[in-house]
Amino acid sequence: MAFLDIEHLEKSYGPTKVVKDFNLGVEKGEFVSFLGPSGCGKTTTLRMVAGFETPSQGAILIDGKDMLRLRPNQRNIGMVFQSYALFPNLTVAQNVAFGLRVAGADKGMVAERVAEMLETIGLPDLGNRYPFQLSGGQQQRVALARALAVRPKVLLLDEPLSALDAKIRVSLRGEIRAIQQKLGITTIYVTHDQEEALSMSDRIVVMHQGIADQVGTPFEIYNRPATRFVANFVGTLTLLEAEVLDPASGRVSIGGTEATLGRALPKGSVTLAVRPEMVSLGTAPGRETEVTGRIVDVDFLGSVIRLRAQIGDAVLAFDTFNDSHANPPKVGSEVTLSLAARDLLLIGE
Amino acid sequence: MKRLFAWLMLAFGMAYFILPLVGLTEFSLSMRRGEYSFDAYRAVLADPRFRDTFSYSVVMALVTIAFGILLVVPTAYWVRLKLPGLRPYVEFVTLLPLVIPAIVIVFGYIRLYNTSSWLPLTGTTTGTNLLLMFGYATLSLPYMYRAVDTGLRTIDVATLTEAAQSLGAGWVTILARVILPNVLVAVLSGAFLTFAIVIGEFTLAALLNRPAFGPYLQLMGANRAYEPMALAVIAFGITWACMGLIQLVTRFSKHTKAAR
Repeated sequence: MAFLDIEHLEKSYGPTKVVKDFNLGVEKGEFVSFLGPSGCGKTTTLRMVAGFETPSQGAILIDGKDMLRLRPNQRNIGMVFQSYALFPNLTVAQNVAFGLRVAGADKGMVAERVAEMLETIGLPDLGNRYPFQLSGGQQQRVALARALAVRPKVLLLDEPLSALDAKIRVSLRGEIRAIQQKLGITTIYVTHDQEEALSMSDRIVVMHQGIADQVGTPFEIYNRPATRFVANFVGTLTLLEAEVLDPASGRVSIGGTEATLGRALPKGSVTLAVRPEMVSLGTAPGRETEVTGRIVDVDFLGSVIRLRAQIGDAVLAFDTFNDSHANPPKVGSEVTLSLAARDLLLIGE
Repeated sequence: MKRLFAWLMLAFGMAYFILPLVGLTEFSLSMRRGEYSFDAYRAVLADPRFRDTFSYSVVMALVTIAFGILLVVPTAYWVRLKLPGLRPYVEFVTLLPLVIPAIVIVFGYIRLYNTSSWLPLTGTTTGTNLLLMFGYATLSLPYMYRAVDTGLRTIDVATLTEAAQSLGAGWVTILARVILPNVLVAVLSGAFLTFAIVIGEFTLAALLNRPAFGPYLQLMGANRAYEPMALAVIAFGITWACMGLIQLVTRFSKHTKAAR
């Protein structure tokens, strides 16, 4: 049994099921992200764990204890909200101390813990400020400190970085992960930002239409997407329809170009996918399959240039590193691309 | 030209409101023939009935405010948090005292709670005071509810509640330590309006036969010339002091500074 067990969890609003047979075990100290688009049920699942929504059926157990019997204020679960939700009438220190005061902790212990938490979030001198006197990033750090001050069993973060600008988001996600690892707290993090989920998580649950489509490490999710949705949602993929010529050796025909994947494939038609970084411009050692195509789009992204080439009916995306001494191919130019057949992913439904 | 017209309109508006007050004040100071004096004010303040009725009304106003806060804040909070669909109906109910005259309310009270009824509140002084307090709370309900509801609109009630719950707070703690302090300015606005209403209210107090300031004002008005004017100026002064206090509280409320 895992530290946090979610079993057959379901939630319906009238006839609409927003979470369907959700199962997950989270180990103590693990950082798990719920990743998915808006309306996929990730926040609803999180809110059921917190106690703000009542499941239609299923069970939530923390350390073997049934959470559904407890009210939100009895669960000892810390929560960080997208909108920070700091109490505007209280100073930073009072906000951090709130949960401890509610629990009846003595003054000395409260002061000590508040100082410790403010130190942890890197704002030791801002205890006397009011929330409106802080930046968005600082407010979210205080919200994190407030949630952690009461030593919760589980920490829930509901899109905590969505309201912040890009640079702060990147630095704060590193800080959140560092604090989580330092304290070893079991964490569930809800986000629709794949980069956030990939960079921070021990495991990711990709959710789609109320279902956990795939649960795995960031490496597994990115490199071995289990469904077409996961493949499309996480990273950039080019989907290629292929005809299987020899199921045993995995020889396929992709728009007339033959390639051997070196693994067994089902008979008939299959959907294969390839990541942009798996395709090289020109010939490359180890990438034996070569195709020619015409450039249809060039996106300059800074260190990387993303290009798209028309190959038969398909448009194949691929990346090259920026080279200040060589211009990237122009739109309309003919190029040779190479890839390793073993890098082609077989996509399930 | 447009600017001149605006100034003229402002001057007209101010004259419309200020001239009667100037006349009132001037008359209240004219008790002594041929010179201005505070004789009328002195006579009023020396009258033991003034002190008795005024202090009675002040106590009633404070009790009404406490009851109003206990009734309205949790109700408005709960409606906003859990029953948003009921908001139009609750608002309608809170507005009813504006269209139902006080005399109808008090006759209803007397009919329902007279000495031969199942709950004979009018049979004792405490019971009648209680009834009067309920009446005052009803009359001030539109102002108190609107003020609190407007205050609640300025904060994210649902998220703050959930944040407090996740930190272990129960409903009473949430209301007392999170919601109420954040709508304090709005609550105080409602409280000062309630105070102003209670101090000048006549119908309920007169028909329930309680020694309040409103009936005393009426009694003086019927029998004296200068003293009622002095009382009216005092009543205006109290109302303005209440309004000034609302401004003061708003200004000195630290955590709302960002919003301004």
